[in-house]
Amino acid sequence: MTQAALKPDDVIEDVWTLAGRVFRSRLIIGTGKYKDYALNAAAAAAAGAEIVTVALRRVNLSDPSQPMLVDYLKPDRFTFLPNTAGCYSAEEAVRTLRLAREAGGWDLVKLEVLSNTKHLYPDMEETLRALKALVNDGFSVMAYCTDDPVFCRKLEDAGAAAIMPAGAPIGSGLGVQNPVNIRLIVEQSTVPVLVDAGVGAASDATVAMELGCDAVLTNTAIAEAKDPVRMARAMKHAVIAGRESYLAGRMAKRLYADPSSPLSGLI
Amino acid sequence: MRLFVNGEERAFSEVSTIAALIASLALDPRKVAVERNLEIVPRSRYAVAPVADGDRIEIVHFIGGG
Repeated sequence: MTQAALKPDDVIEDVWTLAGRVFRSRLIIGTGKYKDYALNAAAAAAAGAEIVTVALRRVNLSDPSQPMLVDYLKPDRFTFLPNTAGCYSAEEAVRTLRLAREAGGWDLVKLEVLSNTKHLYPDMEETLRALKALVNDGFSVMAYCTDDPVFCRKLEDAGAAAIMPAGAPIGSGLGVQNPVNIRLIVEQSTVPVLVDAGVGAASDATVAMELGCDAVLTNTAIAEAKDPVRMARAMKHAVIAGRESYLAGRMAKRLYADPSSPLSGLI
Repeated sequence: MRLFVNGEERAFSEVSTIAALIASLALDPRKVAVERNLEIVPRSRYAVAPVADGDRIEIVHFIGGG
């Protein structure tokens, strides 16, 4: 019997599961820093994103007619992932996400408790405290964290729905600075691991995926590109390429050359 | 009646519920979440949830963020 040859487009469906929901896209994009919401929506479409992060802020009382995010990025098309950006204590983060749950009507959230405006690294003690309170309150929590495998394990043990180590400081675009730690975190985790923060170019997203991450979250790399829609498309391909490369299993590294053409039969 | 809405002191008349407050601010109740004196007001209760003089009200919504 002959097997039907695989056609180039035949890719075995590769999905991932987050807090009981199944997603096809492994690229989550942010919605900050865009010139306007229309460009943001175009980038989200080009990225093929199914999840977008959003922030919660006071409404502008002096001009209620200002454009609203939900008019451009429809909550029935994208899973909104409310964040706690700007929160520096567990109490602030929990308060923000309780309001976000009321605004959105769902409990999948991104927890980030920051420590310092210069590097925006998360305060892990406060993050863990907030995580425990939120899990108790029924939230599914994706936790932004440092790339410390020991603390990442504590987050998972406390019930995090996903572990999201920073590849580099938020908005820095420096790429994955500690691939060894990201790989250790991937290896030890039984919940999804995402690189969140630090991606600057498409190749950075590929590196994260080649390390075995389940997905990548990026905002600034797309929003601050000269052509955000094109960069969104590049990120989409980069994440797919990294994922395929990871699944394919890379060759071993060698210290010296190994010829690709046979040595026998030379004239 | 004076309320502190999003940190701003404002005078209101004829506003006795959260629903009336949202309407008087020309906001769409489906797109906001409300806290009254640090307690979340569920959307289903806007029509009956009272507001009283001196209340601290927060009205928030989703905006772009990373």
